Amino acid sequence: MRHLWETPGGVHPPDNKAQSQTMSIGQVPLPKTLILPLNSAFDEVAKASVRIGDRVLKGQKIADIQGKLSVAVHASSSGFVTSIEPRTIAHPSGLSTPCIEITTDGEDRWIESKTYPHYQHIDPPKLCDIIAQAGIAGMGGAGFPSAVKLAIDGEKSVDTLIINATECEPYITADDMLIRERAAEIIKGIDVINCALSKPKAVLIGIENNKPDAIKALQEHCKGTQIEVVPVPTKYPSGGEKQLIYILTGKELPSEALPINIGMICLNIATVFAIKRAVIDGQPLISRITTITGQACDINRNYEVLIGTSVEHLLKLNGFNRERCSRLIVGGPMMGFTLSSTNVPVTKTSTCILAVSHQEMPDSSPPQPCIRCGLCAEVCPASLLPQQLYWYAKAADHERLQAHHLFDCIECGACSYVCPSKIPLVQHYRGSKGDILTARAEKTMASKARERFESRAVRLEKIDSQRETKRESRKLTSNNAEQQRVSGKPPLTTSAEDIIKAAQLRVQTKKISPEKQKAKLERTLIAAQIRLEEAQQRLADVLESGTVDQQTQHKATLEGAKQKVDKTQQRLAKIKLQ
Amino acid sequence: MNYKQISSPQIHKRQSTDRIMQLVLIATLPGALILSYQFGWGVLLNLFISTLTCIVTEALVLKLRHRPINIHLGDYSAVVTAVLLGLALPPLVPWWVVVTAAIFSILIAKQLYGGLGSNPFNPAMVGYVVVLISFPVEMTTWVTPISLLPQGVSHPGLWDSGMIVFAGSVPIDGITGATPLDLFKHSKGLMVEQIYNSNRLFDNASIAGVGWEWANVAFLIGGLALLKARIFTWHGPVGMLGSLTLMSMLFWDAGSSSSPGSPLMHLFSGASMLGAFFIITDPVSSATSNRGRLIYGALIGLLIYIIRAWGSYPDAVAFAVLLGNFAAPFIDNYTLPRTYGHSQRRRATAKETDKNV
Ligand code: SF4
Ligand code: SF4
Repeated sequence: MRHLWETPGGVHPPDNKAQSQTMSIGQVPLPKTLILPLNSAFDEVAKASVRIGDRVLKGQKIADIQGKLSVAVHASSSGFVTSIEPRTIAHPSGLSTPCIEITTDGEDRWIESKTYPHYQHIDPPKLCDIIAQAGIAGMGGAGFPSAVKLAIDGEKSVDTLIINATECEPYITADDMLIRERAAEIIKGIDVINCALSKPKAVLIGIENNKPDAIKALQEHCKGTQIEVVPVPTKYPSGGEKQLIYILTGKELPSEALPINIGMICLNIATVFAIKRAVIDGQPLISRITTITGQACDINRNYEVLIGTSVEHLLKLNGFNRERCSRLIVGGPMMGFTLSSTNVPVTKTSTCILAVSHQEMPDSSPPQPCIRCGLCAEVCPASLLPQQLYWYAKAADHERLQAHHLFDCIECGACSYVCPSKIPLVQHYRGSKGDILTARAEKTMASKARERFESRAVRLEKIDSQRETKRESRKLTSNNAEQQRVSGKPPLTTSAEDIIKAAQLRVQTKKISPEKQKAKLERTLIAAQIRLEEAQQRLADVLESGTVDQQTQHKATLEGAKQKVDKTQQRLAKIKLQ
Repeated sequence: MNYKQISSPQIHKRQSTDRIMQLVLIATLPGALILSYQFGWGVLLNLFISTLTCIVTEALVLKLRHRPINIHLGDYSAVVTAVLLGLALPPLVPWWVVVTAAIFSILIAKQLYGGLGSNPFNPAMVGYVVVLISFPVEMTTWVTPISLLPQGVSHPGLWDSGMIVFAGSVPIDGITGATPLDLFKHSKGLMVEQIYNSNRLFDNASIAGVGWEWANVAFLIGGLALLKARIFTWHGPVGMLGSLTLMSMLFWDAGSSSSPGSPLMHLFSGASMLGAFFIITDPVSSATSNRGRLIYGALIGLLIYIIRAWGSYPDAVAFAVLLGNFAAPFIDNYTLPRTYGHSQRRRATAKETDKNV
């Protein structure tokens, strides 16, 4: 037995998993239309490569990666592209994003695709590219592009690959069922990833011990491999990336760092399965296992759902009753978000559609004052003090919020879950995080603007003083001439005159050496371009791995560098013209 | 057709603030029963007057503040304050003492600071201290426990008790007397042995004086039940009882004439257990983190001992708690837990710019 570490806090909400596990994974009748969102979970939009009216085949790529965090999109069935326009999708923001609508033709005909059964002989970068082109993004909910995670640059190395099969949220059983039915394929997927990572030293599958069947299935297929199946105690949120890393290895991910910084990579088990399908079978990510559950549905079951199928279609299939339904949740009850309408498509990250009845989740009573009972602090897996965070969030005390490590809150909701006063703590934290980030971005922008303003002021002042000098010197020269004329004596050399002369000389040198000026500008330009490249590199790094505020900061730096290059180029062009 | 939008998490544990307060109330029952048995109707009259006053005051203030009365009265927090106050006040004390204390608790100590959750001081203890300072004579007269009443004398019945409390009639001789803590305070020069032998208070009780020790045991039991129900953590009570024990062991001095009493006697007399499990565990006015609560409890235990042993009041829980309340924000500042992913604890007042902390 492997030694396991215990995380602080955690809660044990009723798991409600049994009801959706009475049947095997079901198939969904082909819907008439499929809506395929082009944006990734990180709001980068893929570029549509088809046009309205085009005929597409199942598995055909219909949108390309553009920008590091976008994800390729494939037609999940054959048919015609009938519209490309913004639609509302299953996303916490509830906003609409560009989507491709496909009207299916019922043939469900696959496109010819390339399979890689001998993936062992493919270079890691090539493997990553295959995975990227298959449109694979983290399927546990975050939706981070997997290829970006797997493409490790030279200096970093991975010694532990962690496969997250904890599925600690109540109600959701998609991973559990996937493992039970398709463990062999999952293990192959792990092997593909091993090749992409050039064989990490350890491969651990973390799975909560409330899934004995899945554990058995995995263990059977892992015999004779280096993969270790590690059952972990059932406690929400053991499936949080940081928590799972600690439970399995006893290491803490430093604040704001990524697993790769401590030599680890975490992947969701459904993602592993998708990678197997993509590489070995040549099937891009066009479907996922989604749990449809909750008492407002007569049938609670897992389905293999085509990405883009509308929630409406799925609910109908399961005898959904609108009257009974108190709210509609995508994801689990702890971290999931509510939908305002059923007319949204399933995305790559939709683990579960939870249609709960009024008895199951009655409307909550209004929050009462915080009595500082500390129950929230007891369950916080990050060892924060939620009650203090709440207090400072209400007071909008950004300094104290950060001193209390607001940004280490993983928004797991354990604190709100236990709060006897029913305070929506997480909502307050999200709001405060947003406020702080906006304030920071504004600050960076303001300081940039101030810099620009100040340098302009200095420039103007310089020009003014030069003019002044010229005027003065002209006046003096004429005065002197006058004097000379009158007295017939050469003028007295005053110190003021010296200064004027020196100034004039400077102006002259400037005037007479456009070459020098050009050379200088060219040097500046090169330096600026280097800085720009560096800034781009850094931004790419943080986009991949950094926190949101780092990203904002680097974006601002990049903007500054761009402006500098532009300006230098303009000035250079002017000089060349002269 | 739109569905309801609710931010995560979607589910909540059944525990509610009302329920916590109810449990606390239930847990005071054993203590309240033993106290009434030992000291008569006065205890129940105290509870009655104090509860009534607290509820009426709370309702009036809520009305003035335009707050929904039902919701806030329904959280039972005023009742908890009332009961703790009623239990702490001496039985058969005149009604206006109780009323004054109750009004002070709710009006000044709680609502003026913003109501439940915003009060820096424990309301019941504020009320108690105010009347203790204002009416020292009434507040230091205790009823004699039942087993020590002189032959043929018994505690006044409900009617007579009412007359004493409301009409100011004078209780008959022999039903009031000193408390064990008083005895220790005023028996300077006697060995602990001698005190034990010379006073009937200790006749049938080996440790802390008849009456009091049983009441303390009852509060201990109620407190342990709350601990088991995870209404609070062990940190506060253990801190307080631990430091009280430690101090009384250090200064026990083998029961010499200058000894302020044995550890057991300190643990089981006065308001020790009531304080440890029902008063310092009031979350609102205590320190925040578990470590903080341990220190907070220990500080209060220390203060209780210092005041009992060398101060001018025989019992000291109320003063010690208020001083502890004062110190709580300071304790909080230095006891932030270490957050996941950070190598060091931080101070609450640290600035974001102090990156090295
Ligand atoms: S659980 Fe709720 S009431 Fe208790 S301290 Fe935390 S926020 Fe306050
Ligand atoms: S939501 Fe944040 S503060 Fe609340 S328990 Fe989770 S990590 Fe802690």
